[in-house]
Amino acid sequence: MSAPAAASDSAGAARSGPARPAPSRRRWTDNPHLWFWVFVGPFFLGLAIFVLIPIGWSIWLSFYNAHNTVTPTEFVGFDNYRAMLGDPAFRSSLVTFVVFAAFIVPTTFVISLGLAVLLEATSWGRAFFRSVFFLPVACSYVVAALIWRHGIFTGISSGLANTVLGWVGLDPVPWLSVVHPPWYWLVITTVRLWLQVGFYMVLFLAALQRIPRHLYEAAALDGATGWKAFRYITFPQLRTTSTAVLMLLLVNAFQAFDEFYNILATPGGYPPYARPPLIYLYNIALGSVQDFGNGSAGAVILTLLIAVFALVQGKLTGLGRSES
Amino acid sequence: MSRPTLPNPSRRQVFAGVGSVAAAAALAACGGNTGRSGGGSSGGGSGSIAQWYHQYGEPGTEQAVKKYAAAYKDAKVNVTWVPGDYDKKSAAALLTSSGPDVFEYGNGPTIDMITGKQVVDLTDLLGDAKSDFTPAMLARMTYQGKLYGIPQVVDLQLMVYRKSLLAKAGVKPPTTLDELIDAAGKLTSGKVKGLFLGNDGGAGVLGGPVLWSTGHDYLTKDNKPAFNNPEVAGALATLQKLFRSGNLLLGAPTDWSDPGAISQGLCAMQWTGLWTFPQLKQALGDDFGVLPFPAIGSSGKQSIPFGAYASCVSAKAKDVEAAKKFVKWLWVDQTDDQLDFAQSYGFHVPSRTSLIAKADKLKSGPAAEAAGFIAKYGHPQTPLLWTPTSSTAFTDAMDKIIRSGANPAKTLASVEATVKNEMKRFA
Repeated sequence: MSAPAAASDSAGAARSGPARPAPSRRRWTDNPHLWFWVFVGPFFLGLAIFVLIPIGWSIWLSFYNAHNTVTPTEFVGFDNYRAMLGDPAFRSSLVTFVVFAAFIVPTTFVISLGLAVLLEATSWGRAFFRSVFFLPVACSYVVAALIWRHGIFTGISSGLANTVLGWVGLDPVPWLSVVHPPWYWLVITTVRLWLQVGFYMVLFLAALQRIPRHLYEAAALDGATGWKAFRYITFPQLRTTSTAVLMLLLVNAFQAFDEFYNILATPGGYPPYARPPLIYLYNIALGSVQDFGNGSAGAVILTLLIAVFALVQGKLTGLGRSES
Repeated sequence: MSRPTLPNPSRRQVFAGVGSVAAAAALAACGGNTGRSGGGSSGGGSGSIAQWYHQYGEPGTEQAVKKYAAAYKDAKVNVTWVPGDYDKKSAAALLTSSGPDVFEYGNGPTIDMITGKQVVDLTDLLGDAKSDFTPAMLARMTYQGKLYGIPQVVDLQLMVYRKSLLAKAGVKPPTTLDELIDAAGKLTSGKVKGLFLGNDGGAGVLGGPVLWSTGHDYLTKDNKPAFNNPEVAGALATLQKLFRSGNLLLGAPTDWSDPGAISQGLCAMQWTGLWTFPQLKQALGDDFGVLPFPAIGSSGKQSIPFGAYASCVSAKAKDVEAAKKFVKWLWVDQTDDQLDFAQSYGFHVPSRTSLIAKADKLKSGPAAEAAGFIAKYGHPQTPLLWTPTSSTAFTDAMDKIIRSGANPAKTLASVEATVKNEMKRFA
């Protein structure tokens, strides 16, 4: 909003100036509001049509019995919310994704920070390794999931993982078929780590390069090198980046869909394990069930939950707190 | 019940979806070719009809349905061939005013499409031909005495086995569940497993067969849950044991709906569908036989599920009568086209029983035997009132029992609660 404010200021200045044109001759293109709407309007229109109206509509639907219709007439109050909260499958999907987030967020954080620190410390082949670690980011989640499912973790003995097991004399494991132990988590978490570690590593690398050298020099004089330097210089200096990375990771974890769907869905549907809420809601609202009331209620519950997590995390990590 | 396809929606699409049902509807409204040419008549007839099909995998099918449509004189029919997740796309399009006039849907429209008045009554289209359609198939698409879909072609699921492998192991084709378990053990040697029921051990696909083969069903005739009983629980406990026996092929590169596992020699017996027969014949020659799902317990009978894509007419069709007339023309009267559609591209059973005798491919061998299963052992895949919510709850339960060893009786009881609750919507 500062741009149009500045524009109107300068327009005001122009008006008070000596070369001020007569008001009648002022061209319509001088109107600062016009340019505000020309630039912001299309974006705002898109935002309204594709985000704001749908969100509002979704909230409205969540209070209606809306099977196979988006213009329902039967108001049901909080029934859909009660139904969703009472649905053990939905509750278990919420637990699934809290557990998944609790694992994947710190793991990605530690690995990407570790890689960044190692890369920063090495002088040999830095560009090469940076590219190698970053490249998976360019790969689509769907493609990676299919490679993991059909190439690496296929259950037959000729699959890559089973071939490796064969070298050490172990029997092939049907990775995605057995649920005790839940090997499917290994498949899901490794593909996600492979896909996202590189991106956060680059964020950390950029932040590491901004830490002033003299801090390390001064610390070294005081005897702080190695782990101590990391603990007392590097890590605190990375605070803003770390906060942003944690927030992005959390949001990403909560959005889990692509790789879960492409790794676990079968012709018979999606199994009741490792089913993230988005997949469950997708099936309810847009899948065969076509129940927009319950689906929307679930989406609202999920949104509130994400908001709570984000607020708690913001509180704990100090997101948005002023640097002073 | 054609080959199930795996939809691959991206997370972005879904976010746009769950949070924004309205956007989906709006997009469907303005998106692409809906098959309708705006308003006026561009063909020989009085108006235009938009007809939707899902993407059949076999080459030539799309050209064939367009050929049939072009031959219709009374209106111009625009065929839309929908790739990807057809069920979701067509369901979304029905919410808008620019969806199809005529569309196909697996096993007829869903109960919510019918009660939501999204589809129209087609009862009067069959006329004298009514007795020529499998009664159970029509009953599946009938609600409160009104028919809502005209079956196009029938598909069925069944067990196939390698004759040579069974002969070598001295195993005769199993007709009871105990014999099947026994055979799976004897046929397992080294990397070849005895039996393949899908990578989830049959959890996703064997619900119906287990119920019917124990002498039960999803719902009773008056739509009460019929699946929660000791026989079904016992049968599921047996499948649970089978899953851990090491005799079941798990983690195959393809799932049950694809003939890959048995044709690549990974297993000796496999649960699959009639649609795999052309590939099976190519890979195995005459070395395969067919079986229904085996009987379970003393009161059980062998069974197989069958289903059909059915032609439906949208209630929002521009001209409902013209759309109905076209459906009658193509899927009731045009028997030559129906035979061509069932036989020349994919491998299906014509839905008019009088055509089965005329179908060359169904005259001999395993295909002939399989076609005979429909009348002998066939059950419609699921009852009309078995809603997707009930279906998800039941399949989840099957999975938890078979794969993670949940208690069958307790798990079935919790599904029963869900189903009863769901039934209240149609009381």
